Amino acid sequence: MANFFPKWANWLPLKLLVIAFVLGAVVTCGIWYYFTPKYTNVGYMPEQPAPFSHAIHVEQLGMDCRYCHSHVEVAAHSNVPDTQTCMACHSQIKATSPKLAAVRASWETGTPVEWVRIHKAPDYVYFNHAVHVNRGISCYSCHGQINEMPVVYQAEPLSMAWCLECHREPEKFLRPPSEIYNLNWRPASAQDQLAMGAQYKREWNVNPPVGCGGCHR
Amino acid sequence: MADAIMQSREAATERLKRAPLVTNNRSMSWITNHVASCTERAAPTWWWIAFTLSSSLALVSVFCIGYLISTGVGVWGLNHPVGWAWDITNFVFWIGIGHAGTLISAILFLTRQKWRTSINRAAEAMTLFAVVCAGIFPAVHVGRIWMVWFLAPVPNSNAIWQNFRSPLLWDVFAVSTYFTVSVLFWYTGLVPDLATLRDRATNKFRKFFYGIAALGWRGGNRQWKHYEMAYLILAGLSTPLVLSVHSVVSFDFATSVIPGWHTTIFPPYFVAGAIFGGFAMVLTIMLPARAIFGLHDLITDDHVDKMCKIILLTGSIVGYAYAMEFFIAWYGGNMYEQYAFMNRATGPYWWAYWTMIFCNVAAPQLFWFRFFRRHVLSVFIVCMFVNTGMWFERFVIIVTSLHRDFLPSSWNMFYPTWVDIWTFVGTFGIFLALFLLFIRWLPMICIFEVKAVLPEADPHHGHDGHDHEPAAAMKEGVH
Repeated sequence: MANFFPKWANWLPLKLLVIAFVLGAVVTCGIWYYFTPKYTNVGYMPEQPAPFSHAIHVEQLGMDCRYCHSHVEVAAHSNVPDTQTCMACHSQIKATSPKLAAVRASWETGTPVEWVRIHKAPDYVYFNHAVHVNRGISCYSCHGQINEMPVVYQAEPLSMAWCLECHREPEKFLRPPSEIYNLNWRPASAQDQLAMGAQYKREWNVNPPVGCGGCHR
Repeated sequence: MADAIMQSREAATERLKRAPLVTNNRSMSWITNHVASCTERAAPTWWWIAFTLSSSLALVSVFCIGYLISTGVGVWGLNHPVGWAWDITNFVFWIGIGHAGTLISAILFLTRQKWRTSINRAAEAMTLFAVVCAGIFPAVHVGRIWMVWFLAPVPNSNAIWQNFRSPLLWDVFAVSTYFTVSVLFWYTGLVPDLATLRDRATNKFRKFFYGIAALGWRGGNRQWKHYEMAYLILAGLSTPLVLSVHSVVSFDFATSVIPGWHTTIFPPYFVAGAIFGGFAMVLTIMLPARAIFGLHDLITDDHVDKMCKIILLTGSIVGYAYAMEFFIAWYGGNMYEQYAFMNRATGPYWWAYWTMIFCNVAAPQLFWFRFFRRHVLSVFIVCMFVNTGMWFERFVIIVTSLHRDFLPSSWNMFYPTWVDIWTFVGTFGIFLALFLLFIRWLPMICIFEVKAVLPEADPHHGHDGHDHEPAAAMKEGVH
C-alpha cells in the first residue's frame, strides 16, 4: 500500500502541538496583562474643562482635602466642589486667568462645570467614602499621591481584586486618624504598620465585608 | 440408565450453550464489508430527508438560544418560585441518557460481557451527543452567558474564586470530565476501524480524512499492545464516571433544603434512572438503524433481549425509589416532606406524576415476558414510554418541589413559553443530526471487536470438535 502522506507529515502533529502551545501561552499572557484594569484603567488622565492642579492647591498652598471635598467624612459620596467653592477664592485671586474661563462661565450662567469623572466604580458597587476615611483609610490608599498631581490621573486599578486585597488584610493599610488627610505620611516600617494596623483593627472593630453582599447590595 | 444420564447431561449442556453473538455464521470479511459500506455508499434519500429535518430542528433550537441570550431569561416561563424548570429538567434528561453508553462501553468491558461489542460504538456516540445537548442548558440558563467563564477557577481581576462547597460547581467538573473521558474513550476505540476505512478508501478526500483520523495506525503487534492497555485504562477511568456523574447531578438537589429534594436516596436513584433512560434511548435509535442498515446478524434479538432485561431491572429500582421516597416522607414524620410528596401525587401536577409512574414503573413490567422482549415493536413502544417517563421524572422532581414554596403567598404554577418548548424540541434535532452524521462517516459497529468474538477468532477453534464435544460446549458456555 502506498503512503498516504509524505514523510515530513510524521513530525507535523508535534510541530502543530508546539505551535498551539506557544500561541496558547502568548494569548493567555496577553489577556492576563492587557485585559485587566491594571492595564486598561491605571494612568487614565482625561483633559478637564479647567486645568486644576492638586499640586498647587495642596502642596504649595497647604489646603486640606476637606476644604473642597467637604462631604467626604459624612457622606457615601465624596463631592467634587461646586463653582461657588472655587469662586470663594478665585473671584479675588487670578480673577482674569484664561485658565479659569470655564469656572467663570459657570458662575455667570449657573450651569455646573462639567468635570470629567476619573475614579468610577460600577453602578452595582456601593462604595461609602465616609466609612473608609473615618476608620483609618487615607485618601492615599485609593487615589495615590494625588496631592502632587498637576493633573489628576487614576493611580490604582480599582478592580475587585484590588478592593479585596485591603478588605482581606486591612491591617496593612490602616493608619492613625490624624494622618488620614496627610498624604505624605508613611509608616516607619512594614512591621510598624502591621503592629499598628492590627491594633487599630482590634480597637475599632474593623471587620470589612468580603462576601458578595458587602458591596453588591 | 447410563444412557439417560448422558442424555440429560447433553440436554443440560445444550441449554448452557450461549446463543452466538453473530448469527448466520457470518465471516470476518462480511462483517468488515457490511459495516464499512454503510459509510461508503452514496447517502440514501431517506438520510438526506432525515438530516434536513433534524438539522432544521437543530436550527430552531439555535434560534431560540440566540433569542434567549439577546433578550434575557425572561423569555422562558420560569419565575418565582419555580426558578428551575425545563432548563434543568432537560439538562438532567439528556445527561442521564448518556449513562447507558458509558455503562456498555466501560463496565461491560471490564466485566468481559462480549455482547457489548456490537452496540458499544453507537451507544458511546449517543453518550457524546446527549452530553452535547445536556451541556447547552446549564450554560444558557445562567442569564449572562458571557460571564459563564466565572465557573472555571481562573485567577481574575475580580478575585472571584469558585465555591468548592457548591454541588453546582461539582456538576461543572463532573460533566466536563465525563465529556472529555468519553471522547477519549470513544476515539481510542475508533482508531483501528478508522484505519480500516482508510485502507478501503478509494477517493482522495476519504484517504486524507481517514488517514489523519487513524493517527498512523498500522495494526502491528506493538500498536495492538499499546491499544489494549490504553483502552483498559480508559475503561477503568470511565467506570467510576457511570456512578459519579449522575450522583453529582443529584447533589444539585439533594444538598438543598427543599422538601422533595433533600433526600439521601437521590444518588443511587438518579444513577439507576440514568441507566434506565439511557438504555431506552439506545434501543430507540439502534432499532431503526438496525432495520435500515440490515444489521440483524450483528445486533441480534439476544442483544435487544439483554438490554430489555437491564431496563426491567433499573426500572424496578426506580420504582422502588419512588415508593421509598413516600415511605421515608411518612416514616420521617416531617410534615413539609409529607406535604411535598402528597402534593406530587394529588396536587395540581398529579398528571405529570402519574404519567411518570405509568411510563417508568408500569410499562417496563412487560419485559418480564419473553414475548415482549423479542418483538421489535413492543420493545420500541416500551422504550418510547420510558423516554417520556424519564423526562417527566425530572420535571416532577424539579417543578413540583418548587411550586409550593415555604411561603404560601408565593405558590404558583409553571407554564412553559414557546421558547422553552422549541429549545427542548430543537435539542432532539441536534441529537439526531449528530447521530445521522455519525452513521454516515464512522463505522457504527466496532468492526474489529465484533470479529474478535466470532468462533473463528478463538485460537482453539476447529481443534476440539472431535471426541470431547460436551467439554467444548461447556467451555463456550463459560465465555
